[in-house]
Amino acid sequence: MSLLSSILAADPAETHHWLLPETAEIIYGGLASVLVIGALAKFALPMLKKSLDARTERIQKELDASQGDLAAAEQDAASIRQALGDIDAERTRLLNEAKAQAEAMLADGRARLATEIVELEARAAADIATAAARGSDELRAEMARVSAVAVEVVVPSVLDDQTHQTLIENFIAKVGATR
Amino acid sequence: MSDNRIEGYARGLFEIARAEGTLDEVEDELFRLARTLESSDALRNALTDEKIPVNRREGIVEDLLGGKATSTTAQLVSMVVGAGRGRDLPAIIDRLVQRASSAKQLEVAEVRTAVPLTADQQTRLSAALVNATGRQVNLKVIVDPSVLGGIVATVGDTVIDGSIRTRVENVKSRL
Repeated sequence: MSLLSSILAADPAETHHWLLPETAEIIYGGLASVLVIGALAKFALPMLKKSLDARTERIQKELDASQGDLAAAEQDAASIRQALGDIDAERTRLLNEAKAQAEAMLADGRARLATEIVELEARAAADIATAAARGSDELRAEMARVSAVAVEVVVPSVLDDQTHQTLIENFIAKVGATR
Repeated sequence: MSDNRIEGYARGLFEIARAEGTLDEVEDELFRLARTLESSDALRNALTDEKIPVNRREGIVEDLLGGKATSTTAQLVSMVVGAGRGRDLPAIIDRLVQRASSAKQLEVAEVRTAVPLTADQQTRLSAALVNATGRQVNLKVIVDPSVLGGIVATVGDTVIDGSIRTRVENVKSRL
């Protein structure tokens, strides 16, 4: 006899099949199951639902927060990009300004240098003229001094008695003719 | 010396010379002495130095004028020097000459020349100055070598300069 046949063979002494529980057991068991399931439905299910709702709400909040963080991050990124743009503009402006100042300073320096060169040339010309004039004056003064000495020496030597008499007679004649 | 004192001495000398009847000679001699004093520092210092005794200074006057000037002139100069007024002698003499000229209604004409003038030249020069200034003049000739040549005539405030010295100075100035 096969095993299956052996298992399925009912014990004639048994009042019910050995695979099935006792009827009372089925009844009590069934009632107990209903009570447990009811208790679970009444007490555990709301808590489970509440817990799931809370979890859903928390996840939603986290999603909202993430959305807010994303928006803020995008705003920050936009600000940073704008700031980068502003920095570029500022750098360009500063460079342009520095370039303009450098050109102005260069032009001013060139103009001042040109003016100083003109002034130096004028001063040098004046100094040369002064030196030349001074040299000329000194030469003239020396010539005058030498000439004066020559006159002092020469004139008395050429004044002989005849000349003295001529000078006296000329003076008398000239004064006599004056009125 | 004050102006009054100079005037007083001049008046005194003038009156003495006039009383002696030698005013013209005394005036002329004193004038030449004054010019000599002006041109000689040594003589002027000798006659005015208070450290030299009075009789020594009077001796210098005697040596200077003895035999060359009238005794009246020598005595008058000795008197002034003896009184310690030798420093003012030129001023006193100039005042005396002015007084003498005024008394004769003449203007002093101071003439400086490098060489002496002859009497004829002095006469003609005097006439020329009268003609030029319109005033009668009392000619006083001073031989001054610094004139170099020609004549410088001063009548009152009028100066007529025909000297070589001035021409030389003009030439030097132009040079």
